[in-house]
Amino acid sequence: MKKITKYVIADILRNKIVIGYTAFLLVISLSVFNLEDNSTKGLLSLLNIILIIVPLVCIIFSTIYIYNSSEFVELLVSQPLHRRNIWISLFTGLVSSLAFAFFAGVGIPIILYAPSATGMIMLAMGLILSVIFVAIAMLAAVITRDKAKGIGISILLWLYFSLLFDGIVLFLLFQFQDYPLEKAMVVVSAFNPIDLGRILILLKMDISALMGYTGAIFKDFFGTGLGFSISLAILFLWMIIPTWLSLRKFNKKDL
Amino acid sequence: MIIANNVSKRFSKLQALNNVSVTCNRGECIALIGPNGSGKTTFIKSILGMVVPDSGFITFNGKNISHDWLYREQIGYMPQIGNYPEQMTIGQLFGMIKDIRKNKSNTNCDEELITAFGLDQLMHKRMRTLSGGTRQKVSAALAFLFNPAVLILDEPTAGLDPVASEILKEKIINEKQKGKLILITSHILSELDGLVTQVIYMQDGSLVFHKTIENLRKDTGEEKLAKAIASVMQKK
Repeated sequence: MKKITKYVIADILRNKIVIGYTAFLLVISLSVFNLEDNSTKGLLSLLNIILIIVPLVCIIFSTIYIYNSSEFVELLVSQPLHRRNIWISLFTGLVSSLAFAFFAGVGIPIILYAPSATGMIMLAMGLILSVIFVAIAMLAAVITRDKAKGIGISILLWLYFSLLFDGIVLFLLFQFQDYPLEKAMVVVSAFNPIDLGRILILLKMDISALMGYTGAIFKDFFGTGLGFSISLAILFLWMIIPTWLSLRKFNKKDL
Repeated sequence: MIIANNVSKRFSKLQALNNVSVTCNRGECIALIGPNGSGKTTFIKSILGMVVPDSGFITFNGKNISHDWLYREQIGYMPQIGNYPEQMTIGQLFGMIKDIRKNKSNTNCDEELITAFGLDQLMHKRMRTLSGGTRQKVSAALAFLFNPAVLILDEPTAGLDPVASEILKEKIINEKQKGKLILITSHILSELDGLVTQVIYMQDGSLVFHKTIENLRKDTGEEKLAKAIASVMQKK
């Protein structure tokens, strides 16, 4: 399994997109920290970039990569290798290169400029989101054979998680504004890893007061050790479930 | 050695395999013959575990292959269309496969075909730049590389030049004499004469017959395989 992962990582490094992604993140985070004299402000600017760019790059790059390595997978499947190992190796290769890119591009500037608890949470969320969106991409890529369709599904999923979901939540909030929905919002946020990540980071920034009563409820729940652990567990499920589903699908796939 | 038991596979509307049961033993050289789209490649891919049958099972040396993958160590597979990572060079490809399959039991690789095909001169070439014939040569060399007990060759000589296909045929005969099981599909029946010991004839996903070559000759009264098969097809 290690051998295949090694070949996947070597292959990803050879096509230079991940290196470009690292450089892009590095330029953005360095400029953000150098433009603002206050590192918390810098983190806040970085937050939106992380929550939009990281999932987008992870999901699109991984989907295209899986489709492009179909020959590689086909070759490996006819060799004495367990299918599960092939799939997990692909996953590990993608996750480690994209997570490393994030760590080098955003993690190192954060450690240098803003080594606070907020900074660390942000770093952790970026890494977690990288893993989650690689997992979702692998599920999207294994569901359909058609490359254009698979990439389309990935883009739609990204749109859903970054834009549509918030729109739907807002719509529901306005429709049912006569009801106390604050507690329900806590549950709803579990259905979107990006939102969950955003809430956890914002709460650490101590600006939850800006979010009104809902913010207070969020603080009550996510601010406690238990709430924090539960949300981490949910993020963990977001990594495991898509991977598990894609693995199940891949084990039965005809090549 | 390989036993397929009532294997069925359906691709949406197409019944690719319909209750196929076959027994293949060591030392045999079996030709899989049938019209285009009769399920030969699907059958081969199910033996390799690349296609998962809807029903039925396949055993390799008495073990069900659906939960096993190590049995593929004993198979050398030459696909009909060799799909390889495009940006890899031939050398890297061989290096990778050797790296993956390397273990105690196969330390010495059979590189006879690599030199016979002159692939050692082309090691730095990327797979993307290769012609169809050279790809076939790479596939063939990979299939024979680890001295496998079973060779599965899907249209081995299609796209090869006469010299290369002669080299490959020699190699197949040599391996057959070592007592290996060889499964071969081809549409060029004249090539199979003198090579195969048994014939499996498939049509529309079903097994029509599985006979030794002597029985086939006796039943049809034809000496040449091509004519024997033609007379079978006309009777239908």
